[in-house]
Amino acid sequence: MSKVRVLVGTRKGAFVLTADGKREKWEVSGPHFAGWEMYHVKGSPADPNRLYASQSSGWFGQIIQRSDDGGKTWHQPGTPPGEPPAPGPPKAASNKFVYDASDETGKPLTTHQWYDGTQHPWEFKRVWHMEPSLTDPDTVYAGVEDAAIFRSTDGGENWKELSGLRGHGTGPKWQPGAGGMCLHTIILDPSNPQRMWIAISAAGAFRTDDGGKSWKPINRGLYSKYIPNPTAEVGHCVHHVAMNPSRPGVLFMQKHWDVMRSDDAGDSWQKISGNLPTDFGFVIDVHAHEPETIYVVPIKSDAEHFVLDGKLRVFRSRTGGNEWEALTNGLPQRDCYVNVLRDAMAVDSLDKCGIYFGTSGGQVYASADAGDSWVPIVRDLPGVLSVEVQTLP
Amino acid sequence: MIRVILPQHLRTLAHAGSEVQLEVDGAVTQRSVLDALEARYPMLRGTIRDQVTRERRPFLRFFACEEDLSHELPDAPLPDAVTSGKEPFLIIGAIAGG
Repeated sequence: MSKVRVLVGTRKGAFVLTADGKREKWEVSGPHFAGWEMYHVKGSPADPNRLYASQSSGWFGQIIQRSDDGGKTWHQPGTPPGEPPAPGPPKAASNKFVYDASDETGKPLTTHQWYDGTQHPWEFKRVWHMEPSLTDPDTVYAGVEDAAIFRSTDGGENWKELSGLRGHGTGPKWQPGAGGMCLHTIILDPSNPQRMWIAISAAGAFRTDDGGKSWKPINRGLYSKYIPNPTAEVGHCVHHVAMNPSRPGVLFMQKHWDVMRSDDAGDSWQKISGNLPTDFGFVIDVHAHEPETIYVVPIKSDAEHFVLDGKLRVFRSRTGGNEWEALTNGLPQRDCYVNVLRDAMAVDSLDKCGIYFGTSGGQVYASADAGDSWVPIVRDLPGVLSVEVQTLP
Repeated sequence: MIRVILPQHLRTLAHAGSEVQLEVDGAVTQRSVLDALEARYPMLRGTIRDQVTRERRPFLRFFACEEDLSHELPDAPLPDAVTSGKEPFLIIGAIAGG
């Protein structure tokens, strides 16, 4: 029977939740890396035992962790698991994220816009998102704050910036969102290894069609009334983008305000908020088998980051947007004031499709019937930063 | 033998106890002690000093012999009591919230 493994990053450690295909009885493992902020944990599609985790701390900075046994044991790439390595120069620098400052490409990469509109140098703060390659367990991408994308081809031991993103020309116009200037979304195209999409708060969405060498903004159709030019090429606070792998190029976006879709790989966007009670939010995801079925968790507003009216409701559209239904069975419908952050929803590929999300209050909810009903797997974790799920044979 | 006291999270990363003992060649300074520490425990690289600038991370402080050495120059000699191993060199996380 198939199994699922849910990888949960929280403000104080990581947790691994496992169940069989019925998704009724769960085992909880953790906390891993107790006391550290775990922004993201994700498994390799090419080798489900290979997991990557971003571990960070305001005191001690960034650490990258890797598991080669499905989360049972972990080590920092380049250091032997479980014991100090032999004396001598370290062979790797798995937490060394150095922005490209080469003479050739450094000049346009020097500054971005600060909160007050002045220019500010790029400063590495943390890894928000790790996206393992679809085909090679040793290749993994990292989306970082201040916004940039890095790639490792040796299992996370060494990282190199894909500097064409920051350097394509609009970098000086990017500015931090409330959570920092983070690159939080990386989507790989299963039908075209040269194509990927990323999203940045607050710059917008970008696409490469040549494996990361060159990038272009893809924000036509976005309207953000909180920036000086609401239809600017960049500057939009995109919160998350999702795609069903069976339909590369059809993208769904939760912007700061507005839920959007694109049917042309991001070249243009249309608003699909429809009858949502509020279209501010962070997460968005797509059903594994029904590419027109999408999920969001509306949040009251940009000033009040909790669900509307004290009710935790997932909204589902079976029509690719505009027509939404509230999913409430099993979710608290009074006195609930949690948030669901941008990387904190995931879908499995079982039939029926499982949906998972984690809250700022430490609950992780699961639905084994595509959202019709929900149960909490755990209720009292630290605030959840990210949720990913692996469907295992 | 130089004694270094690590904060809890770095002990976990290094798979070490609260105190580690290091051989340091030449002058005993903040830089030479931290170089020796990172050579023996490369998993600590970047957690005490910035990977690029090699400067002390802002929320960490260095103490020895009941003195705050955080703002001393990295190549200044450490107190004799640290050099002799009588007193440890302490790496401490600044106190700041949960």
